[in-house]
Amino acid sequence: MKKIFIREEYCMNCRLCEVHCIVQNSKTRNIIKAYKGEYPKPVSRVLVEEKGYLSFALQCRHCEDAPCLEACITGAMHRDPESGAVLADEEKCVGCWMCIMVCPFGVISRHGEGKRVISKCNLCQGEEIPVCVKNCPNEAIVFEEAS
Amino acid sequence: MAKGKITPEFKIIRDMEKCVSCQVCHRVCSNDAHLYDPDAGEVTSEDSRCVGCHFCETLCPTGALTIRRNPSEIKLNALWSGRALEDITRQSSTGGVLLTGMGNDRPFPVYFDHLLLNASQVTNPSIDPLREPMELRTYLGGKPDRLEIKEGQKPEEVLKSFLSSQISLETPILFSAMSYGSISLNAVKSLAKAAREAGTLWNTGEGGLHPDLYPFGPHLVVQVASGRFGVHQEYLEAGAAIEIKIGQGAKPGIGGHLPGEKVTEQISRTRMIPEGTDALSPAPHHDIYSIEDLKQLIFALKEAVRYRKPVGVKIAAVHNVAPIASGIVRAGADFVVIDGLRGGTGAAPRVIRDHVGIPIELAISVVDQRLREEGQRNRASLIAAGGFRNSADVVKAVALGADAVYVGTAALVALGCHVCQKCYTGKCNWGIATQDPYLTKRLNPEIGARRLVNLLRAWSLEIKEMLGGMGINALESLRGNREQLRAVGLAETDMKILGVKPAGEAW
Repeated sequence: MKKIFIREEYCMNCRLCEVHCIVQNSKTRNIIKAYKGEYPKPVSRVLVEEKGYLSFALQCRHCEDAPCLEACITGAMHRDPESGAVLADEEKCVGCWMCIMVCPFGVISRHGEGKRVISKCNLCQGEEIPVCVKNCPNEAIVFEEAS
Repeated sequence: MAKGKITPEFKIIRDMEKCVSCQVCHRVCSNDAHLYDPDAGEVTSEDSRCVGCHFCETLCPTGALTIRRNPSEIKLNALWSGRALEDITRQSSTGGVLLTGMGNDRPFPVYFDHLLLNASQVTNPSIDPLREPMELRTYLGGKPDRLEIKEGQKPEEVLKSFLSSQISLETPILFSAMSYGSISLNAVKSLAKAAREAGTLWNTGEGGLHPDLYPFGPHLVVQVASGRFGVHQEYLEAGAAIEIKIGQGAKPGIGGHLPGEKVTEQISRTRMIPEGTDALSPAPHHDIYSIEDLKQLIFALKEAVRYRKPVGVKIAAVHNVAPIASGIVRAGADFVVIDGLRGGTGAAPRVIRDHVGIPIELAISVVDQRLREEGQRNRASLIAAGGFRNSADVVKAVALGADAVYVGTAALVALGCHVCQKCYTGKCNWGIATQDPYLTKRLNPEIGARRLVNLLRAWSLEIKEMLGGMGINALESLRGNREQLRAVGLAETDMKILGVKPAGEAW
């Protein structure tokens, strides 16, 4: 399957990946409306980690052996048979946060105010390339076939 | 002090209807021109810190930012311009030499813009480069006075004349000398990768050769300059050619100075100087005070590489350029590089950059003419440098007599440079003229090389189109072919020096 790979040596910590992720997961998918008109503001599913000049964008690794799949008590967390991506079914999620507890990368978060469900990267299902990768100005994250 | 206050050069226009306070501009500005106020949740700007590099404007996801020149204007005065006043204000505050980066930005005449190319009509057929072969391949190096051949079967048996070492280029455009130190390792890597892919050459400048870059040696000109930084046997052996740098167009007669802050561990190894010490290149080579001295160095270097690589000399275009170039060829150089008035730099005193030297167009013309008159034009290739903006400039330079051209600024622009002239501050937001680890990683050499290869490809295609229009199918046939040029709006003396006729005059 195709996964997002990190090339931290080129990440400049501009966080445009986060901006575009927020827009992609907003109701309107319009950047100005997403930031200024939507409450609660959508949550970014990619987070840039930084220490000194080292930084990199981290989102769900879509692990082959995913602990969140084991931990999910309702079966909301599942693997998409076609893309191989680990996805969360919001209808089934009850907000027990077990997946958040077990995720070794810390890339699952709460959905934000209002909904008691989790939020995580879904590799922008329906898009050819995830928006964070597409909008990275320095190709510091790339979407490639995992070998 | 109030008297020392300088009006900001740029104004940061932030369209608050579009600004979503995403803080991208705040995070990326190395000059801290964008500030985030967490209490108000708003990003604000500080105009006086803006250098006009347009990095924030390029990254802003909503297009909320526009960088404008500050409209504040003093009373109109043709002599005492805003810049003249600002310089005096600055110098009376600091008492120092004004520094700058990049090439001359004064409105001196650009002769390329006064030269027009010819095209074929009726009496001679034009050539379609998409249908017929078109040769841009250029060989650098001295050529024999005449070619003698004898009977034989194999090519190597047929040739009787001695051919000195030659370098084959797929396009007549090379990357100028830009040292690792003046630009980042990622910028150097971009140039090296692009040169290898496009079949041309890049140049170490006086920065030495980083261990990672030895594989790019076959497409490299190694420079030997007055500080001799990074010069050793393997370095000389690594390149395809050796260039002795006497001078540079942006600062003729001036040496170089890489401040100690930029001499990182990697640079100190590459340049073979202690970490954190200033890298000072003297103004002259202290062992060269005459053409005879230069000859000694040329042959010392030729001996060092056992005559397997061409050795050239780079000089700035100055008033006496033709006789100097003549002496250089006589001294045994295989190629001569002339860097004109508009050549760039990472740092130079502005007064030198703006007022010393002569335009490259005139220099190419007089050097080519002089070498022809002396019957030694074939003994060395002529490479022109300094302010080549597009493929037409390249074609015009070749028609004036250059074998190839060096591009520096154009290459950096392809890497993102917006010619803000602040290279000397080491805060280049584009990751080019900096050694700051926060900034250097902004230049991904894969993207950089791709863009440079695209640029060379685009210019090469355009050169082929122009050649085809003239009915010429090889760049060789355009070299020094000044009949293909006509002048508009030039004085008689300019045309005489350029060796071109006025537009409207037939052959």
